[in-house]
Amino acid sequence: MTTTPVRTIAPGMPLPLRQRIRLWIESEPVLAYLFMSPGWLILLLFMSYPFFLGIWISLTDRTVGLPTGEFVGLRNYRDLLRDGVFRLTVLNTFIYGFVTVPFKLLLGLLLALLLNQAFRLRNVLRAALLLPWIVPTALSSLAWLMLYDPVLSPFSWLLKDWGVVEGSIAFLGSRVNAIVSLCVANIWRGTPFFAVAILAGLQAVPHELHEAAAIEGANAIQRFFAVTLPVIRGIVVITTLFSIIWTFADFQLVYVLTKGGPANSTHIFGTFAWQEGIGGAGKLGMGAAVSLYMFPILAALSAILLRYVRSQET
Amino acid sequence: MAEVIYDHVTKRFDSVVAVNDLTLEVKDGEFLVLVGPSGCGKTTALRCLAGLEEVTSGDILIGDRVVTHIPPKDRDIAMVFQNYALYPHMTVYDNMAFGLKLRKVPKQEIDRRVKEAAEILGIQELLNRKPRQLSGGQRQRVALGRAIVREPQVFLMDEPLSNLDAKLRVQTRGELIKLQRRLGVTTIYVTHDQVEAMTMGHRIAVMNQGVLQQLDTPENLYDRPANLFVATFIGSPAMNIFPVKVVSGDGAYRLIAGEVTLEVPPSHRSRLADYVGREVLLGIRPEDLEVAVSNEAQRGDTVRLPVELIEPLGAETLVHLRGPAGTLIAQGEPRIRLNPGDVVTVRVRTEHLHTFDPQTEAAIF
Repeated sequence: MTTTPVRTIAPGMPLPLRQRIRLWIESEPVLAYLFMSPGWLILLLFMSYPFFLGIWISLTDRTVGLPTGEFVGLRNYRDLLRDGVFRLTVLNTFIYGFVTVPFKLLLGLLLALLLNQAFRLRNVLRAALLLPWIVPTALSSLAWLMLYDPVLSPFSWLLKDWGVVEGSIAFLGSRVNAIVSLCVANIWRGTPFFAVAILAGLQAVPHELHEAAAIEGANAIQRFFAVTLPVIRGIVVITTLFSIIWTFADFQLVYVLTKGGPANSTHIFGTFAWQEGIGGAGKLGMGAAVSLYMFPILAALSAILLRYVRSQET
Repeated sequence: MAEVIYDHVTKRFDSVVAVNDLTLEVKDGEFLVLVGPSGCGKTTALRCLAGLEEVTSGDILIGDRVVTHIPPKDRDIAMVFQNYALYPHMTVYDNMAFGLKLRKVPKQEIDRRVKEAAEILGIQELLNRKPRQLSGGQRQRVALGRAIVREPQVFLMDEPLSNLDAKLRVQTRGELIKLQRRLGVTTIYVTHDQVEAMTMGHRIAVMNQGVLQQLDTPENLYDRPANLFVATFIGSPAMNIFPVKVVSGDGAYRLIAGEVTLEVPPSHRSRLADYVGREVLLGIRPEDLEVAVSNEAQRGDTVRLPVELIEPLGAETLVHLRGPAGTLIAQGEPRIRLNPGDVVTVRVRTEHLHTFDPQTEAAIF
């Protein structure tokens, strides 16, 4: 609401400048933008500026070490489409993003259902569950690197000991092995997020609903589908979308475990962009173009996510 | 339809005894109210009957079947919860049909029963709505409907009216009574509201601290409370209680407290014989204190007391009097003209006095 100060000046006379400015600032539309301006400023500085700079760089042949580059239009984008490694990178990213999520969801759901039961040490377990998610990925990935070591891997030793395999397994040695290994590590890291989010949802399921359903004749599985699932559906959808987005935009795990190898066969967008732009070739323009190929995919996923969240609000 | 029997039922939660050796028989078709303050064990007793709590010892029978260790779904009961527990994602129709679908009742039969129940409750228009689109009163009806369609042996109701506003609660109370009388299904109804208990139940079981205090008709509970707890719990405003000394002389028994002396009616004398010379607790209901503005002389059933406060409630006026031991509340005429400080003559309906043993708190008469 705007408040009009009491005017002490006779009608018809122009107001003094200072008072006019004050009135203008205090008017609702102006004031609203003023309040929003710090947020806008931060967004502009730290989000929009790098984003648009990235777009600009992707349209040049700029390299690391040189201050400027030539404008080359969409050449970087065109060249990427013809690049076999980039096409493999796209495929890898989709595998990495979409194959791991169902596992994370299912395991997370099971863990959440388990941790929602009453038993001793439940709180200790709940806290321990979060560990994979809160340990810095670079660190936990190093642990996985040791687990996947071609010579010292405890997995290999165990399986050899049980007589399942003859020799050591080259977990990161071939494309298929490496991608499976990456997915397993990613599932390990991402499951707690699902578990914790779903656990929070489960605790919001009113106890009486389960009791009412039990009296009406529903067994545990029927109660899960009739009572639990509908209540936690929103959380499951949102968690899944978040997880897909994060997995798509991952970098650390793949970088530490394979650096995109062997022979550039396990790159995802993040690692390939880094290698093109900074790591190997130093072609900043090309690296930026790789990253920007991710943009429409992530934008679409984010749009779905936001639409869903808004539909739940109303 | 069936009778329900609690046979020495005890329920412990760790060290807390929620229900203590409850023995109780609910007749076929009866509306029994379990009433008591919060934490008295009434809800636990109901949940034991539903099978939502395992009893620690004792047996529960529905009809002539022992159901003590039978899971809830096989007890042939339906329960209405305080917050209704409607499935939020299902329509009203599906909410009501859910239990029948689980029991593989044929589709036409489900449809018939749901529509019939909806008609009884006047919610035909709401069948396609979701619970969140309903008002509190409508939700309450749906919860009732869900119980009705099951056509169970027993209805269990856990404070089903307490989430409604006062006006709607009174209205629904009446409808619920009519519905129960019409369907004739044995109903066990838990409430902490003694007005609900008095108006709805054929019989009332008053509980306190896990122990059944008295099981009786509303009239008997009111006029012949078994102990001090029942006497003060039932009735609003609560019964006035104060200690008096029993004195005998001139062939009469008198109860004396400070300036106040009351004569015990002859019919009650024999019961007081053992208490002569001792203190007992005297109970007088507010409506048994008749406030008269007149200045007549004191008799065996009148006392003169100063007025502390007037509470005009419209249909009646509560007069707070400075009694021999704290405030006494009398239920006066509407529009009575009194001011704090006035000294009034109060006639006590001595035929309705109650007395309690100060140690056991059991009623003497």
